[in-house]
Amino acid sequence: MSKVNLLQAVNSALETAMQQDERVLCFGEDVGAFGGVFRATSGLQEKFGPSRCFNTPLTEQGIIGFAIGLAAQKQRPVAEIQFADYIFPAFDQLVNEAAKYRYRSGNEFDVGSLTVRTPYGGGINGGLYHSQSPEAYFTHTPGLKVVVPRNPYQAKGLLLASIADNNPVLFLEPKKLYRASTGEVPDEPYQLPLGKAEVVREGTDITLVAWGAQVQVIEEAADKAAELGISCEVIDLCTLLPWDRATLAASVKKTGRLVINHEAPKTSGFGAELAASLQEACFLHLESPILRVTGWDTPFPLALEKEYFPNALRTLDAIQSSMDY
Amino acid sequence: MTDQPSLHHQQVHQADFLDPKKSVIPTFSLLQQNGELYPTAEAPDLSKQHALKIHDTFLFIRALDERMLASQRQGRISFYMTEIGEEAADICSAAALKPEDTIFAQYREQGALAYRGFSVDQFMNQIFSNELDLGKGRQMPVHYGSKALNYVTISSPLATQIPQATGYAYGLKQDKKDQVVICYFGEGAASEGDFHAGLNMAAVLKAPVIFFCRNNGYAISTPTHEQFAGDGIASRGAGYGIKTLRVDGNDALAVYQATCLARKIAVEEPQPVLIEAMTYRLGAHSSSDDPSGYRSKEEESKWREQDPVARFSHWLIKQGWWTKEQEESSLAKHRKQVAEAMKKAEKLPKPPLETLFSDVYDELPWHLEEQLEEAKAHILRNPTAYPATAGRLVK
Repeated sequence: MSKVNLLQAVNSALETAMQQDERVLCFGEDVGAFGGVFRATSGLQEKFGPSRCFNTPLTEQGIIGFAIGLAAQKQRPVAEIQFADYIFPAFDQLVNEAAKYRYRSGNEFDVGSLTVRTPYGGGINGGLYHSQSPEAYFTHTPGLKVVVPRNPYQAKGLLLASIADNNPVLFLEPKKLYRASTGEVPDEPYQLPLGKAEVVREGTDITLVAWGAQVQVIEEAADKAAELGISCEVIDLCTLLPWDRATLAASVKKTGRLVINHEAPKTSGFGAELAASLQEACFLHLESPILRVTGWDTPFPLALEKEYFPNALRTLDAIQSSMDY
Repeated sequence: MTDQPSLHHQQVHQADFLDPKKSVIPTFSLLQQNGELYPTAEAPDLSKQHALKIHDTFLFIRALDERMLASQRQGRISFYMTEIGEEAADICSAAALKPEDTIFAQYREQGALAYRGFSVDQFMNQIFSNELDLGKGRQMPVHYGSKALNYVTISSPLATQIPQATGYAYGLKQDKKDQVVICYFGEGAASEGDFHAGLNMAAVLKAPVIFFCRNNGYAISTPTHEQFAGDGIASRGAGYGIKTLRVDGNDALAVYQATCLARKIAVEEPQPVLIEAMTYRLGAHSSSDDPSGYRSKEEESKWREQDPVARFSHWLIKQGWWTKEQEESSLAKHRKQVAEAMKKAEKLPKPPLETLFSDVYDELPWHLEEQLEEAKAHILRNPTAYPATAGRLVK
């Protein structure tokens, strides 16, 4: 065990994967000798050589197209998109190509060995273009898996599982937590299962669900609620596609109430999918409407980031309004 | 260490703008339309057997395209795309490669696939999207693919295959395989960002890929002068630092020779190569298109006189390897085979309901399992509304 931050856990997962399988390649903008703008690939070129960890030209559609070709050829590429805000030039390659490769070829070809890593989310004074949480664009795409870790232990275990998984995975890293989140992480390789939510804290009155950096927000809200005598069950979804309905439904049937929290805007956010599916699954158990605490339906702000943010206070408002319904 | 070029390298003191109009890239050609080599041209090293296989593929594709277009007009298939006029470009470039080299095609390269050995039944099964289609009936006609033949399944979005071909080729280099990728695309697709991304990455990362542009004059209705202002696609090669050749795309021997040389560069150096084949789409863009709205009969007939299949046939006859009678009987044989295969393929059932949900992921996740069961139950309750699948479902 070592005490590391989330970034070091990502780096350790990449190093482990490259050590285990010489077909694992890491590349992207500034990923090579420099080790990435956040340092996630630090030291990898030195250890594994420039043919396995390297810089690419500045072209997101090229990086993902290239990674798809590598995966079709049975390498195990881990491509980095420097910020999730810049993934959109690669949208066509991800949505029309990677996601549909196996299906459209009748399983003659697949790009299941592909993993795309990208830092997402706000809280770093990044404004519109260094803060977005674009997960819902991709959860609407059959064929992709979407995974989000919340701490160093998950980052290593889920990233190793994503690299090993035989489906294309979009791995969204909460950049706000890169250095802020630290914890004990095993030095040896391990994987955490994809598609499985984690009950972070058990409770009886209301279920709170989030993923990535927002899990600490709902934990904080749960602490505040506890002071008011409200017992919250806190769930980290971990994988958004395919998501763990069973764990969520069991919790909501128990508590009868649900508050969903995500940083992305409300309309057509992934919370809408959770709310719709869980009212189908738990209708007769619900004591109050399912509520969403999210970013507003605006672009991500700069000066008013605090006002945009679906923080613990807003979450507590929602918890109280659900309890008082 | 820096690899930034020196500011003082080759300074000049007059502002002399580079005028692209002053340097036009020439076209490599060997064979005249009458089947004679140009006086100073030398035929490539092409055996009789190899040449006859190329020609047999030409005639098969002519028979296939002719029959499938007619079938579309009769309403037996929904959609089709012919490659008439461009056969030398894809078939002779494919003929210059090894079977283990990988093909990333756009959608008008069925000839390259036929050359590789895709059978007439396999063509028909894909076109009729029946249960024997390798693609499980999921894509419109002409979106072929075959793992066994190293022909990556085609997708409709244009130019997406270009950076993928680069990645695939880089993977081959990592594996130290003496293999290349050939990537086909049209001059219209070369306007997409993926063209730039794919070529630039291939050059920088030294990927053994042959970029093969079929410049056939039109992107659906848009002529080349409304697609780009430069000297075609070949002029872009130098900007990326890629060795480039423009070739007469209707000249089977020149295309073959150019691709043989390109393959050698790609494998040995290793680095990408760009070939621009100048040709003409004699047919419509697709069965949904009518070219009379955007080009003249005169223009078409001028190009019809440059028919690549006739040109190669003349050469074969002059070699003493082929006769007019063989040409007629071979074409008749292919027509018969296509007609018979079509009758067989159109009678086969559609793929089963399970294939609607399989292959989205490597395994069915819970939500797709649930949706499959939901679909089954609905179909069983309403069997007459779903004749293709209802009869095969088990209650």
